[in-house]
Amino acid sequence: MYKNLNRTQKRRKLSQFIMFGFFRVSAAINGIALLIIFYFLVARGWRAITWTFLTQPPMDSMTRGGILPCIIGTVCLSLGAIIAALPIGVASAIYLNEYAFQGRALRIIRLGINNLAGVPSVVFGLFGLAFFVVYLKMGVSILAGALTLGVLTLPVIIGATEEALRAVPETYREASLGLGATKWQTIYRVVLPTALPGILTGGILGLSRAAGETAPIMFTAAVFFTPSLPSSIFDEIMALPYHIYVLATAGTEIEATRHLQYGTALVLIVLVLGLNLMAIIYRARLQKRQ
Amino acid sequence: MEKSLKIAIKELNFFYRDFKALTDISLDVYAHEVTALIGPSGCGKSTMLRCLNRMNDLIPYSRVEGRILLNEQNICDPDVDVVSLRRRIGMVFQKPNPFPKSIFENVAYGMRVNGIKDKAYIAQQVETSIKAAALWDEVKDRIHESALGLSGGQQQRLCIARAMAVKPDVLLMDEPCSALDPIATQKIEELIHQLKKTYTIIIVTHNMQQAARVSDITAFFYLGKLIETDVTDTIFTRPKLKQTEDYITGRFG
Repeated sequence: MYKNLNRTQKRRKLSQFIMFGFFRVSAAINGIALLIIFYFLVARGWRAITWTFLTQPPMDSMTRGGILPCIIGTVCLSLGAIIAALPIGVASAIYLNEYAFQGRALRIIRLGINNLAGVPSVVFGLFGLAFFVVYLKMGVSILAGALTLGVLTLPVIIGATEEALRAVPETYREASLGLGATKWQTIYRVVLPTALPGILTGGILGLSRAAGETAPIMFTAAVFFTPSLPSSIFDEIMALPYHIYVLATAGTEIEATRHLQYGTALVLIVLVLGLNLMAIIYRARLQKRQ
Repeated sequence: MEKSLKIAIKELNFFYRDFKALTDISLDVYAHEVTALIGPSGCGKSTMLRCLNRMNDLIPYSRVEGRILLNEQNICDPDVDVVSLRRRIGMVFQKPNPFPKSIFENVAYGMRVNGIKDKAYIAQQVETSIKAAALWDEVKDRIHESALGLSGGQQQRLCIARAMAVKPDVLLMDEPCSALDPIATQKIEELIHQLKKTYTIIIVTHNMQQAARVSDITAFFYLGKLIETDVTDTIFTRPKLKQTEDYITGRFG
């Protein structure tokens, strides 16, 4: 009898040990994957990273020189995308979560947003080409590219913002309304400040997504090569992801520029991590103030 | 002293979709008295309370029939401005719910949203309200620190101060002590005794002793109906109905 009990207990402990081990490994894979990618890029690309590489335009059919126009292009495009998408995304989420009557119309809008999130990025590129570049006559430009990327990041921002708004305790809204605040005052003074860190997370995710996309900017903003830096939002530009694609598939000497390709990828990933880090620090400071 | 009628609830019915949560409630509430609403969970006492500041408007598919007269004005009328109504009828909730702002900003909030800009007035009114809530000595040195750092009992008194700062007529309290320990509860009860000189108070409570200690009038609700109302002493010593007696002696509920 006792012996049996002992065995059951051992078995339970063992199964717990195995399952927790499995969870631990699963969680670790995420971190390890990032580390491996990073190691891979550093190992193969670090030779390319020089001062010239970061501060000069490409030279000699892109086999030498740097990637400055691409860095500036990617920063312009992803910041532009966020500037366009954040207000619309946050406003949509506020409408959906705080104002809209929870009925069929709302379900249809939600369905639309979820489907938007599932559309392949090349389709966004074609949409941007047809709508922004051709129909609105923006031409191939930073503006058209940023707006296309903005549409692409909208579902990400809306999703994160809705999540953040839902996490604001209902009791805050009740307390505010109970004091004679209007619905808008309640949202503006209590709900939004409380949800801000979560909304920023949405912004970070959107920004990272926008910075790394290639297909949406191929037809709307990015060009194969331009030695000059953009002077207005109507200029076409180079961008890091597209530059990698070009070097790796269409360059004159694909093998000879391998280290440049990895170097460019390394710059892109560092840029995205840097932008994320800035937002994360800002978010942490906000949370501390609360 | 002549009792003056503050709120008259007349044949009130309340529905969530097809469910009738309140049936034919008629109840008079007098100024400067504490009226306690008691009854088992789900009997409609919180719903009743939330009809008084139209908080139930937030619930989709809900519907009210009947009238509630506040100073002889029907507040169930769809034309009533709920925003100004809620300024006149303050509410303290079950769980302390200070905003994630400073102690000062919590109390100033109601004045700010109601358009008061005078800084000196706001500062003075914040101090008066916190003092009236018997919290001043505990927080005066950290008035600009986050309200979330206060204990549960302090938070609840802060919520009472926040409700008082907009100078309402009536204070609604929805089980204000249910999340608090006995010492904090005692402080809130003492506070209620002080506050009824200035305000008309309606309190929902699950705690029979609390109703007996703090209220002048007690109303017993059961299954959405008002079963019996009387002077608190009478309800607790000589209830007219057996149902009331069973509940207050703990035989059911």
